[in-house]
Parts: sequence; structure tokens; C-alpha cells
Amino acid sequence: MHSVIASPADRRLSALIRHLEGSSNAMDSDTITASPASGFPGARNSVFEHVVRGPEDPILGVTVAYNKDSSPLKLNLGVGAYRTEEGKPLVLNVVRRAEQMLVNDSSRVKEYLPIVGLADFNKLSAKLILGADSPAIQDNRVTTVQCLSGTGSLRVGGEFLARHYHQRTIYIPLPTWGNHPKVFTLAGLSVKTYRYYDPVTRGLNFQGLLEDLGSAPSGAIVLLHACAHNPTGVDPTPQQWEQIRQLMRSKALLPFFDSAYQGFASGNLDADAHSIRLFVADGGECIVAQSYAKNMGLYGERVGALSIVCKSADVASRVESQLKLVIRPMYSNPPIHGASIVATILKDKNMFQEWTIELKAMADRIINMRQQLFDALSTRGTPGDWSHIIKQIGMFTFTGLNSEQVAFMTKEYHIYMTSDGRISMAGLSSRTVPHLADAIHAAVTRVV
Amino acid sequence: MASAMLSLASASPSASLSLQENLKISWKRGTSSRINFLGSDFSKTKSFTRTSMTVAVKVSRFNDITMAPPDPILGVSEAFKADTHEMKLNLGVGAYRTEDLQPYVLNVVKKAENLMLEREENKEYLPIEGLAAFNKVTAELMFGADNALIQQQRVATVQGLSGTGSLRLAAALMERYFSGAKVLISSPTWGNHKNIFNDARVPWSEYRYYDPKTVGLDFDGMISDIKAAPDGSFVLLHGCAHNPTGIDPTPEQWEKIADVIQEKNHIPFFDVAYQGFASGSLDEDASSVRLFAARGMELLVAQSYSKNLGLYAERIGAINIVCASSDAAARVKSQLKRLARPMYSNPPIHGARIVSNVVGNPELFNEWKEEMEMMAGRIKSVRQKLYDSLCAKDKSGKDWSFILKQIGMFSFTGLNITQSENMTNKWHVYMTKDGRISLAGLSSAKCEYLADAIVDSYHNVK
Repeated sequence: MHSVIASPADRRLSALIRHLEGSSNAMDSDTITASPASGFPGARNSVFEHVVRGPEDPILGVTVAYNKDSSPLKLNLGVGAYRTEEGKPLVLNVVRRAEQMLVNDSSRVKEYLPIVGLADFNKLSAKLILGADSPAIQDNRVTTVQCLSGTGSLRVGGEFLARHYHQRTIYIPLPTWGNHPKVFTLAGLSVKTYRYYDPVTRGLNFQGLLEDLGSAPSGAIVLLHACAHNPTGVDPTPQQWEQIRQLMRSKALLPFFDSAYQGFASGNLDADAHSIRLFVADGGECIVAQSYAKNMGLYGERVGALSIVCKSADVASRVESQLKLVIRPMYSNPPIHGASIVATILKDKNMFQEWTIELKAMADRIINMRQQLFDALSTRGTPGDWSHIIKQIGMFTFTGLNSEQVAFMTKEYHIYMTSDGRISMAGLSSRTVPHLADAIHAAVTRVV
Repeated sequence: MASAMLSLASASPSASLSLQENLKISWKRGTSSRINFLGSDFSKTKSFTRTSMTVAVKVSRFNDITMAPPDPILGVSEAFKADTHEMKLNLGVGAYRTEDLQPYVLNVVKKAENLMLEREENKEYLPIEGLAAFNKVTAELMFGADNALIQQQRVATVQGLSGTGSLRLAAALMERYFSGAKVLISSPTWGNHKNIFNDARVPWSEYRYYDPKTVGLDFDGMISDIKAAPDGSFVLLHGCAHNPTGIDPTPEQWEKIADVIQEKNHIPFFDVAYQGFASGSLDEDASSVRLFAARGMELLVAQSYSKNLGLYAERIGAINIVCASSDAAARVKSQLKRLARPMYSNPPIHGARIVSNVVGNPELFNEWKEEMEMMAGRIKSVRQKLYDSLCAKDKSGKDWSFILKQIGMFSFTGLNITQSENMTNKWHVYMTKDGRISLAGLSSAKCEYLADAIVDSYHNVK
């Protein structure tokens, strides 16, 4: 190794040496051939040599394994997307209609949206989540910007807070969606947790939640799942939400809501927005990330909105101008297609009605699967209290099964789910419930 | 307790105690009762009725936030909209306009969208790296379908949010894996490049590019600055139709640029926003990238379909990273995914499907090439007409031929800030303050008017 001034090339080579020396994995021959002492990298050496392979996403790994299984009994309960009774993805009728209208409208163009997105979409989204008669909207205190679904809204909101908010710590529930800590960390916030799930009751650890939020520093940001907590399906009751609100306001904790299931959880859009509206009603500030992935089935279109409810219209306007500075260097302006579909549906009375009916049907099917699974386990006399299956809400159920039981269910019954015991009710049908119930019964009685 | 809370609610921010102190006091008072009730049944405790008077803070948590300045490019369109003058002209817009100065949706795009509707495709999440069919055709379009590096699987391609999003993903990778390495950007360059690297925390410096004396390329300055940079820097190059100048290196100059980049072990990073749109030929506009790739160099290419397929608002593009081995490409791709996931999880489907339908269907692909030639052709013809008008109207003997030598949507007129302002204030011609005009927003009917404005601003305003 010749001694030279540490140029970037040298730093990369040093990183490679450390990697080679520190690694206990076998390296392939290509990498070993890249000799550190060979001077300037030639065609065979890569400047990306030090880039290691990233781990496969744990949830996607479930689907990969499922696809490999040839058993006719196999069941994929890892999927985080709605499936029909026939096990197929669903595009809502009202969405198809809206799309037809858009594509057939020859006056439509594909010019850049403004940085903040489609104006109609933004206004309608704010009304949907906060309520059409929300005083915050009437006072012009809300800034809403179109973002890339829930993830994009969380990221833009997080970056904004990291730049402009005095407290750079966000508290997230334990457990939470796997992507939350990554989004906020890359946004520049430091992530802490508050107790949420109680594995003993398979319900909410309310005392732990209050203690942890109670000991958070004043002004800290708190991530709240608006409804249908992912992955547990455990939500606070309205009374508990009120207590959480009081505690948070007394400590000036800033609420950051993740709303990915409005209308999809209970079947009622207003009920699923209750927690957010409770906070807005007290005149305080909060942030809301909204996703239309599930409730409008627009997963791949990446439609969402970030709303920041501020104290005054003047503050809201300044906040919006700063949000634009976050968005412009990230992707300039958001994609038009999905937002246009949403706006078309929300602004038309008939289409809106149609949507609420299709939405309720999806929510009802899921609730029905919960009931069927619970009944099937009761019929089998499966040991344990399974009432959490019907108490939990939304797409997911935290079964309480441990990883050995999960592995057993996969091996013996071809049931695919995440190792934390989470199942997607959206992946179940009346036809497959008995098989799942058999598997759970066997796992609980034969595997400790 | 209740009264303390009420007085807090009505206290103005200038009250003797700061808001924070007030909150701390009220919290302290509540603490002892809180410890008691936490161990007991919450719903029955009296202390909650007392704290039910709690109101949110009066002063905004965001009070100190200042109003950000308007975007220098988008602000131009807004000013144009407000202008009522009949001769007004919007040459700020970086979007193609027809001769009637209308936005243009390509016929092949409409056909593709209709096909997609007929097929009733679902809207499931794409993989983090995007639509596989799109990634395949976009790499082939950039490097050539028969290019060895595609057969050898040495290109990591990830669908990105048009050019901006693709640049940002690459910048995030640079920050994480090439810590301390900087990116060299041309002076001038597209205004958003600096913002992207700043937000991604990648240090940058400039290399000389535009020579105002010749209204051409400062080639010696460019080479010299690239040589002077630390080994292993990234060099951001515009693949064709440099924005904002319209001045591209010649093929011979590209070879020399590649030489010095190889000599310094720099990593070339191409921004390709105008493939096919610059010359009218997809292959010709890709030649700079292919020249570098043919030398066996590792390189990055950000692609955009905003202009060449008119898909501006659909946000469709890609980041391609050419690596020395297929293993490196696989690893790099996996890390790009790790950066995309916490930014937006997975990219939007609509634009990706349109592109893969157009590029993947021979009939539509050919039709696309024709439409692209038409768009590029219109721009070339207004360049010519503008030049002719300038020569006819300007009797000073000034050489306006740089307008014909420049290529792509934009022309750097050489007008300074005050002259550009005169263009707007006196002539209602909207453009960016750096003297850039978008020929995509110019009709042949308005060339003479524009020539008058330019001649006046150049000669009569200092």
C-alpha cells in the first residue's frame, strides 16, 4: 500500500481494506482480485466496491417465500394491500370511472403541477380529514401540500420539522410501521419510543403510554396513528384519546398524525378522523400525513397530502413557503395522475357517495373476516382468549403468536405471515378462514 | 389549578412569565396528583376534570419561520399570468409549446393511456425500484439495447421521480458511500442542482463552462477546473442541450473531457433531460454518455421523460449507475432502494407504464420518434427565424450566430440582469434574470417582436 495523501479514492480503498479485514463472510473472487496495492483502479476495480448489499425487506421476503411454495393450500397473510373475497387486488369502480373521465378529457394537459401540488386536491383533502366545517380551514390556518402518499408526507413533514422546529426528537409508538424510524431519521430527527402495545392483554398499554409521553421533554414531536394502528390494530378509545390530548397539550407536545386508513378502519370517514379532529378542535397546532393508498385503492399512484394546522393564516402561509423549499430539491413537484383521480371523486357528490359505499364494503369484509376467524377458533375450542381479533381494527391483527408458532404454521400449513405474528385480514376469505383456524389451533396446542 | 390554566389561556405572549415557564409551573402542580392517579382507575379520577380546561398554546410553535423567497424559475410564470399586455411572451417556461403557444400532449401518450385503460390494469404498489418493464426499456434507450453493459447486467437502474428525483437518489447515495467526495457542477447550471446537493449534504464546487465573451464554451477553463479538483470527485455533465446555456461540447471536446476525467479517477454523472429533444435523434443525443460508457468507465446517468415524452407532471425518470461488475450493480441497486424507501416507499406507476408502453411497442416507438423530431424541428426553426430577425433588425454588425450554435430548448442570449429586466418591463417578455430564454415558448409569429426587444435591450440598456 503506497503512502499518498488521502484522496477520496484512497478513502474508498481504505474502506475496502477494513471491509475485507473485518468481514467474516467469504468474499467472491472478483473482490479479492481488487488488490489495494494496485495503484489507480483499472477497469476491473469498481468505485462501488465498498458498497455492501442491503438486506432484503422483511415484509417482501414473506411474499418471496410464498411465491416459491407450490402447495394449493398456501395463504399469503403478509400482504399490506386489500384483496377481494377471491383473493384479487381491487380497483374501485369509482376510481375506474374517474380515470376514464380524465383520460377521455381532451382538454387535459400534463404540465408541471405547482410545487405544492394540485390545488383542488389539497383543499378537498384538508376538508376530508379535518371536516368540511372545520374552523381551522375557515380561518385559513391550514396549509396542505400534495405529497407521495403517506411515506412522502411523513418525510416532507419530518424534514420541515428538522429544519424549523425547536425540538428535534420524535416519539414513535412501540411497535410501529417498520418504515417510520427510517423516514424520520433520514429526515434529520432523532427517534425515541413510547410504550404502546401490551402483549399480555394484546391491547393498549395506556399507563405506559401516559408515563412515557409524560416524561418526554416539552415540545417534543409525537407520532400518533390516527386509527387502525399498524401493526397491532389496537387503537385508544375516544376517552383515552381525550386524555392523550390533554396530556400532550399540557406539555406542548406536537402531534404528528399518520392517517393511512381513514374510512378503511371502521367504514366511516368521520369516525376514523375523530382523533385528529379532537386535537384540532382545541385550537392547537398539529401535523397530519394522509394517504389514499388503501381507502381509495390508489397504492401505486402514490397519492397523499401533508397538512399543517397552524395558529394563524400568516404562519400557515410562511410554513407553506418553507415546505416548498423541502420539496423542490427532492422531486420538484408531485405526480398528477392519482391526485386528479382523488379530486374528481371528492368534488362530485355522486362519486363521493359511491366511494363511501365501496369503502364501507372493503371495511365490512375485513370486519367480517375478523368475526369469522374468531368464531372458527371458538368452535375449535382453541385455548386462549382470542377476543383481540375482533377488538383490533383495520387491516392487521397482532395474533400474539410467537415466532416458533409462526414458523410451524408456515412449515405445516403453508401460512405466510411476518414473524412478529402479524396477519393481514385483507388476505383472508371465507373459504380460507377454516384453514387458518386449523393452523392457529395446531400451533397453539402443539408448539409452546 | 383551573384558574392558573385559565389565566394562562388569556395571557399575552408579553406576560411576565414566559409561556414555557407557565407550562412548567402548571405541569409541576399537576404532578403530584398525577402520580396518584396513574396507579388507579383513570376514568374515575377527579384530576382529569381539572385538567380538562387545558388549552393549547396561544403562540404558534412555528412563529419564527420566515417567508421563503419564490422560486426564481416558477416565479416568472406567475408574473406572466398577471400581465395583461397583448404582446406578452412567456419565455421562462421550460415546457414545450406548439406554434399556437399551447401545451402539447403527444399522440403516442394518449394512445398509450387508452391502451392502459382498456387493459384495466391494477394499481398495486410497484417494487421499491419501480416498474421492471420501464427500468429495462429506459436503460436500453440510454445505452443502446445491444450494449454489452446491459447484457452483462452492469447497470443498476432504479425508477425515479423524473430528473430531480433521480438526481436526488444519486446524491443520497453519494452522501452515504462517498462521504467527503464533492460534485463539480458547471457554471452556470440548472438552478435546482445546487439545491439538490445542498439538501443531500453533498459538497459541490463549480467548473468554468460559459464564456460570456464568446457566448460559447470556456473549454480550457472547464478542463483546467476538472483537473484541479481532488481525485475521485463526481463531475456533473449535461448529456446534451445544456441548461441554461444551450452550449454543448463537440464530440472531440467530449473525448478530451473523458480523458481528463479518467486521468483523475473522477466519476462522471450525466444529467440527461433532453434525449431526442435536442437534435431530434435519440441516439445522437445519447452519444456523450455512450462515449464514456464505451471506455469502460463507471458512471451515473439521471434520465427524465418530462420533455421528450411531454410527461412533465407524471414525474417519470430513472437513475442508472454503470458499474464495473454485475455484482457491484446489484449491490448499488439494493442501496438505492434503501434510500428510496424512506423517501417515498415506491415510485408512481402511471408515467412508468406510459413510457414502457411507448418505448416497448415498435409502432408507438416509431411514432414517438416522429413526434419528437417534430418538436425538436419546431425549436430549430424558431432559432433560425429568431436569428434571421436579429440580423435583419440589428445594423450594428453584432454576431448573433451563437443562437444557431446553441441547442435544445434554451438560449443564453448574453443579456445581463438589467437588460433582462428591460425585456420584461418594457417589452413584456418574461425570461429568467440570467438572460435565458426558452425557445419552446416562442412561436415563429413572435420572432420579429422578440428580435426588436433583444436588440433594444442589448444596445440601449446597460
